[in-house]
Amino acid sequence: MDPILLAVQTLNGLQLGVLLFLVAAGLTLVFGIMDFINLAHGVQYMIGAYFAATFTAVTGSFLLGAALALPAAVLVGVALERVVFRHFYGRDHLDQVLATFGVIFFLTELVRVIWGPTPLSFPVPAWASHSVTLFGGATYPAYRLFIIGGGLAVAAGLYALVARTRFGMLVRAGASNPRMLQALGTDIKRLFLLVFALGAMLAGFAGLMAGPILSVEPSMGDNLLILAFVVIVIGGLGSIQGAFLGALLVGLVDTLGRSFLTDAVKLVLPASAAVDVGPALSSMLIYVLMAAVLIVSPTGLLPAKGATR
Amino acid sequence: MGTAGPMLEVSGLQASYGAGQVLFGVDLRVGEGEVVTLLGRNGMGKTTTVNAIMGLLAPKAGRVAFCGRELTGRPAHEAARAGLGLVPEGRQIFPNLTVRENLVATADGRGAWTLSRVFDLFPRLRERQDQMGGSLSGGEQQMLAIGRALMTNPRLLLLDEATEGLAPLIRKEIWQVLLSLKRAGQSILVIDKNLKALKRIADRHYVLEKGRIVWQGSGAELEAERERLERHLGV
Repeated sequence: MDPILLAVQTLNGLQLGVLLFLVAAGLTLVFGIMDFINLAHGVQYMIGAYFAATFTAVTGSFLLGAALALPAAVLVGVALERVVFRHFYGRDHLDQVLATFGVIFFLTELVRVIWGPTPLSFPVPAWASHSVTLFGGATYPAYRLFIIGGGLAVAAGLYALVARTRFGMLVRAGASNPRMLQALGTDIKRLFLLVFALGAMLAGFAGLMAGPILSVEPSMGDNLLILAFVVIVIGGLGSIQGAFLGALLVGLVDTLGRSFLTDAVKLVLPASAAVDVGPALSSMLIYVLMAAVLIVSPTGLLPAKGATR
Repeated sequence: MGTAGPMLEVSGLQASYGAGQVLFGVDLRVGEGEVVTLLGRNGMGKTTTVNAIMGLLAPKAGRVAFCGRELTGRPAHEAARAGLGLVPEGRQIFPNLTVRENLVATADGRGAWTLSRVFDLFPRLRERQDQMGGSLSGGEQQMLAIGRALMTNPRLLLLDEATEGLAPLIRKEIWQVLLSLKRAGQSILVIDKNLKALKRIADRHYVLEKGRIVWQGSGAELEAERERLERHLGV
């Protein structure tokens, strides 16, 4: 195994993991606290990328564009909560799935109408368009390191918010028993809205960070959403730490699997067979991981709810 | 406030779970500084009454007023903010929060109750303040649930099953605490089955049967009619 390739792919895995965490964190909070399945969460990621690409083009500055895109993404999230989602709290999960699936169609089409069907150009900012030399002469794009660093910083801030503040206590209490929380004086609808806004901001942030290295197009959130669901199932519903662990696991397993599994299979199978089996196996690796985690710990690795109720 | 008329006034309260009606017109009052009990066998509607008062269950008919404020059909957080402090059936502490966080998360912060006062009341909670709520014993969870309600600075404490399923020593400690709260002027509406302990602290009693109040009176009156009432109480 080439150590340089391994290092680069590990960084790629981390970078995917960090983006996944940002999307999954909002999803798991919304699901854990409100018992609400929001399939349109991936759309909020996509909208973050579109806003950032547009505002960056207008202002000529990535940072300025990002600073404008973030509140815009939050506004869209809050508007969605007010207009659509709020009416589906406490309803059947199937109703929520259908409603938010409808929102996906509506917003994807709206984005197509506004920005057109072709992917948007969103260049990597000039200050991060170079490559950084790692050990052993390997090079790695600075912008991807920026994504990893930025994502980790937001993860740390989110952890501090949830673990150390009064708001965080209410969020965790709400994840275990929202009815009791309300009976102790917390306006649960207001808390839901704040959590929703936080989730929209995180998804929007992921979108604007990912924009320059991915293709900014209407369907960009769809694949990530499925991975994000795998992440929160592995990590444990409603758990921020679980989402973090799950996201890094899925990011690393998926990326490293795609790079090295075919070679690994060649050790036990003839090369001709390994070329077919390897890629097939690597694309299902995270689902195997999810199944394995569920067998060992059905509530995920770090569930939010305590052992007793 | 609360000088004229009772603090909590419940009249004609009717409530259902799904198709089954549980309450058929409950009337009860709790005055300032009073300790009042709600007695009755299981399934007679005690918890439903508490939930309807708290706004955790929307009543079908009737009225709940607290300190002159109309609470009927209002969400539970408004009842809590108006001054109703709930210690629910099953305790329902937050298992994934530490003991201290359970107390602080929903604290009001503007009244007499502070973390150190609650810890003075229940020294065990001070010892275990950094433990997860879910790791406490049943008795400690009940202490935490009472402390958590007190931290909201309630004008009226609502205890749904004060000592249900707890060890005798812990029961004694909790009755002792409730007695000291009463002496400090705390109004309490309490549900329990331990008549002996309740008689020591309660001013008045209500007996609930099949969703209606069938008897009310003082501790002495309860004692006088004890035999007749025992079938209602299932003691």
